[in-house]
Order: sequence, then C-alpha cells, then structure tokens
Amino acid sequence: MAVDIPAEVVQQEQVGPGLYRLSLYAPQITRSAVPGQFVYIRCTDNLDPLLRRPISIHGVNRERGELFLLYQVVGRGTALLAARRRGERLGVMGPLGRGFTLQAPGQRVVLVGGGIGVAPLVFLGQVLVQRNNQVCLLVGARSADQLPVGKEGYTAPFELAVATDDGSCGHHGPVTDLLEKILAGEGADMVYACGPRGMLHQTALLLARYDVPGEFSLEERMGCGVGACLSCVCKTAGKGGEPLQYRRVCVEGPVFPADQLVWD
Amino acid sequence: MTKPNLAVDVAGIRMKNPVTTASGTFGFGSEYAPFVDLNRLGAIVVKGTTLLPRQGNPLPRIVETPAGILNAIGLQNPGVNHFIEVALPYLRQFDLPVIVNIAGDTVEDYATLAARLDEVPGVAGLEVNISCPNVKKGGLAFGADPDSAAAVVRAVKGATRLPVVVKLSPNVTSIVRLAEAVVEAGADALSMINTLLGMAIDIRRRRPALANVMGGLSGPAIRPVAVRAVWQVYQALKVPIVGMGGIVTAEDALEFIMAGATAVAVGTANFINPRATTDIIEGIERFLVEEGVSDIQELIGAAHM
Ligand SMILES: Cc1cc2nc3c(=O)[nH]c(=O)nc-3n(C[C@H](O)[C@H](O)[C@H](O)COP(=O)(O)OP(=O)(O)OC[C@H]3O[C@@H](n4cnc5c(N)ncnc54)[C@H](O)[C@@H]3O)c2cc1C
Ligand SMILES: Cc1cc2nc3c(=O)[nH]c(=O)nc-3n(C[C@H](O)[C@H](O)[C@H](O)COP(=O)(O)O)c2cc1C
Ligand code: FES
Repeated sequence: MAVDIPAEVVQQEQVGPGLYRLSLYAPQITRSAVPGQFVYIRCTDNLDPLLRRPISIHGVNRERGELFLLYQVVGRGTALLAARRRGERLGVMGPLGRGFTLQAPGQRVVLVGGGIGVAPLVFLGQVLVQRNNQVCLLVGARSADQLPVGKEGYTAPFELAVATDDGSCGHHGPVTDLLEKILAGEGADMVYACGPRGMLHQTALLLARYDVPGEFSLEERMGCGVGACLSCVCKTAGKGGEPLQYRRVCVEGPVFPADQLVWD
Repeated sequence: MTKPNLAVDVAGIRMKNPVTTASGTFGFGSEYAPFVDLNRLGAIVVKGTTLLPRQGNPLPRIVETPAGILNAIGLQNPGVNHFIEVALPYLRQFDLPVIVNIAGDTVEDYATLAARLDEVPGVAGLEVNISCPNVKKGGLAFGADPDSAAAVVRAVKGATRLPVVVKLSPNVTSIVRLAEAVVEAGADALSMINTLLGMAIDIRRRRPALANVMGGLSGPAIRPVAVRAVWQVYQALKVPIVGMGGIVTAEDALEFIMAGATAVAVGTANFINPRATTDIIEGIERFLVEEGVSDIQELIGAAHM
C-alpha cells in the first residue's frame, strides 16, 4: 500500500549534465515497489512551486531500504530536488501507479528507453533478469554526454545497445532503428518502452508492423498522483474497437498496453 | 480542560468537525483512503457528478501558477448511476456525511439529478455546482447571472428533500447579489468559492498553456479573495457557509471560520499533503485548547464586530 513518508536523502550524485541519481531511505516504499511504479515527491517545503513531482522508481535495495531515482533537471521542481543534500528529508508518496506486467521466464524481452525514460527500465531489466528472461536494453539519447546509462563504466546485468542523435556514441540515429533491426531479425516476445511521445509513437508503429506486444510508461502532468483530480489522463481505445476514453496515468498507468494508446 | 466541541451543523448536515473536502480534489474518497482515515472527516464532498458520464477536456488540463494551479478538467466523471452503484456503497462503510456535487447543462438536468439522488440512502446533502468555469454549457453560465442561478436552485429544491448547498463563483461583479438570489430561491446553505477564471501562456510554444485556453485558479493564491467573499456574504445574509479556497493549514481554516464560515473545505492542499484534512482538524482542536475556547461555534464569524 502506498504511504507518504519523510524520506531521508542517503546520496545525491550528479551523473551527467543536469542528470542526477538520488538515493532515499524509504523502507516502507521499497518493500512493495515494482518496476514501472513511481513516487510523488515534495521538492520543497514551501508552497511555490506548489505541486509534487512524479519520478519513476529506478531501483531498490530492499535490505538497506533504499530507493533509487534517476532524474533530469528541467525546471524549478527538479532544480530544487537536485539541491537537496544528504541527511535532509523530503515528503515522498509511493509506491504509486500500476507497473509493468512481467513476462514468463525464458522469454526474450527488449527494453527501449529514450533519454531519461531509461530510468524505470533499469529496475525492470534487473527484475526480468532475476526471472531468467533474456533482456536487451536499448538506450537513445541526443549525444554521448546525455546518456544516463550505457556509457563506459556503467555495468548493467543485461545486453545493452546505444543510439545517439549526433552519433557521438553507438548507432547514429534514433533508438527505434535498433529496435527495428531486432524485430526484423531475431525478434522479441515483448517490448517495454519509456521516453518522449514521438519515440513511443514510432515504437508503437513498429510493434504493430511486427505484431509484437508492448507496454509503455507514459508521462502526464499530475495534480494529486492518486486518481482523485483527473488532470493526468491519457487517451486510450482498445485494439478490439473499445471506445475512446480518458484514463488516469497515475492509477490506471503509468504503464499501458501499447495497442490501447491513441496517438493524436 | 475537557476536549472542545468541534461539531457543526450545516443546514441539517451534521458534521463531527467543520472540515470537509472540496469537490473534484478528493475523488470519491477511496483514492485518499490509504493516507486518511475517512471516519475522521466532518463530511466528504465528492467529485462533480452529471446525469450521463462525461469525457472532460483535452490535455493538458493542469498548469502550475505561483502558489496555485489552473485546472480545466471539464467535469470528467462516470455519471450519477455509476456514483450510486459503485462509489456510494464504498462511502457508506464510513461514519461520514456524503455531499454530492451536481452539475448540469440545463435546469432540467439539475432537477433530474436532485430527484435521482433524493431516493438514495447514504446521501446527506447536495452541493449544486453552478460555478464551474470549465464547461461550455451550464456551469458558470448559470452561476454568473442571479436569475438563472435562482432558477436552478428552485428546480433543485422542488425535486429533493435533501439539504441544498449552492456553490458560488467568484467570477461575478457582486457575490452578495448572487448569494441573495439563491437564498431567496431556497438555498439552505452556500459554499464558496469555486475557482477563479484564469489563464497562463506557454511562451516557448507561444500558445495558451491549457488545451481549454482558460482554467480555474485554486490553491493558496486565491485565499484572500475567498476570505473576502465569505466575509461579505456572512455580513449580508444569515445562512450557513462552507468556506474554501486555498486552505492549507488549520490557521487558514480558522480565518474562514472567523470570517463567517460554519464549515470549511480543503481542496488543492490535498495534492500537496494527502493528510491535509486531518492535519487541519487536529490543528483546529489544538487552537481551541490553546485559546481556551470550548466550542467552535464561538469562533464562527468572530472577526465581525
Ligand atoms: C509517472 C512519471 C514518471 C516520471 N519519471 C521521471 C524520471 O524517472 N526521471 C525524470 O527525470 N523525470 C521523470 N518524469 C518527469 C518529471 O516528473 C518532470 O520532468 C518534472 O515534473 C519536471 O518538473 P520541474 O519543476 O523541474 O519542471 P517545470 O517545467 O518547471 O514543471 C512545471 C510543471 O510541469 C510538470 N511537468 C513538466 N514536465 C513534465 C513531464 N515530463 N511529465 C509530467 N509532468 C511534467 C511539472 O510536474 C510541473 O507541474 C516522470 C513523469 C511522470 C508523470
Ligand atoms: C482539479 C480540480 C477539480 C475540481 N472539480 C470541481 C468539481 O467537479 N465541482 C466543483 O464544484 N468544484 C470543483 N473544483 C473546485 C474546488 O472544489 C474548490 O472550490 C476550489 O479548488 C478552491 O479551493 P482550493 O483552493 O482549496 O482548491 C475543482 C478544483 C480542482 C483544483
Ligand atoms: S494526478 Fe490526479 S488523477 Fe492523476
């Protein structure tokens, strides 16, 4: 069950330009957190900015009760978050939302992360590897220094491939090029993706073309984080002709089956 | 000192303390149940309900502003039948008056909704929303004009025996004139204020930040406007008032009570602190003890000479 607790900052580490890895002591949250879920954080104790900020769970250390987040500074909230230091406490609600559905052991899965969207996929990859899935993580970024994972020195317990828009690391081009190569070659049983909307739309088209199931983690502006305010909705409609409806990213998501999403 | 009395009565709706939730910010209660013991609330006002399910507005629906938010949800809700069949049975498990916020496109819609809810056990009262700035028909179209506001209230009163609380908009020249019109038409109580019509622009996209262009401003940014509205209407009319608009702490709630509110509703603050309602109840009780006040009634309107 979700809680709201004052979580202590264990470590705040800059891992790139505007990129941070934060570790929080939050045993009540790590106990039940699953990949794809998120936390809703008060970046400041003041009332401006007013709202909390949603950040995906990047990993957990259950023995130590530590929760890991990977985030990018884009505005005031995340800048305030980056200024929080070891020993400070911040209000954290979580774990929130519905995470990814895990595949049966032995299956081959591909994870596609665009930019900071790779954050929840690392946690997912770790859990899938423990379940004896064959895991490949594809990471896309604008350039090498924007790669939160996949750089030299980062060890992931699974296969990893990188694409950059400027060609400064790995494949020169969008990360979906890498996905297409896999789908056209050895194939995949399941594709999980998180990243900018355009990347997700391209991924959805590829999945439809190769008839592979997928699950995407979405981002929308949130008010409450718990399903009460209806501000974070996304447009969905089933492949089987189910009617168009707005569903709440914070409770029915953030993870949705790829073939239920409407791209307009 | 013995525990102070916090109980209040809003036009026959008996609340064990003066704190309720603001419609649209607390869902149907279950959303916040992991964080708040619902039995501790004075009452719950649920999400705005319409006759038929509504899809609501396109995205984005929310933007942050200084110490506030602008929202344009557009009354997305599953409709009154779903409310009665699914949300209400859940809420009936709690010792909690349930106030249903209703909205319609026509006067008849409001009357039909009121009649539909009249037969239903577990509904303690109706809050008539004639002040939503985010829907094209109904909403503010009724709330901005005393005659149409009165017509809605008369229709609702004629269709139900439940206490009728009418929710007023601050987006009018004189909230007192509006209050007088709806009380004359039979309103048993008033709630105020709904959101202030506002707007923000995304300067990079050179477009309005909300898909709906304009939205409703709520949160601490609007509190002085809300306190003023409660003050003015209390001064002019003898009718119970549910005050709301930017209440975050017990001190904020006490401002409204001293301005003349019998009860208060907590809205946007729930988003920041899911336990805002119960923190406020505890804070009010502490204040009464500190000030040696044995009954909250003594503070209602206390700031008026
Ligand atoms: C479920 C979910 C998981 C997320 N996980 C991560 C993560 O792991 N790492 C990470 O770096 N970012 C993540 N984000 C995006 C992150 O929430 C935003 O970057 C952040 O809220 C921006 O806040 P700001 O004050 O710095 O920016 P500002 O632009 O100043 O924010 C203004 C408003 O816009 C909202 N907002 C801005 N960008 C986004 C966005 N992309 N999504 C939702 N709301 C936004 C803010 O919450 C705020 O209300 C996630 C978003 C969601 C919805
Ligand atoms: C996201 C959101 C949704 C709302 N939905 C409704 C609604 O359905 N019906 C209604 O009468 N008021 C609605 N309101 C207005 C609130 O009930 C309240 O009047 C207003 O937000 C001021 O209080 P606050 O500043 O404490 O939030 C909504 C407000 C917000 C922020
Ligand atoms: S953020 Fe309030 S419903 Fe999702």
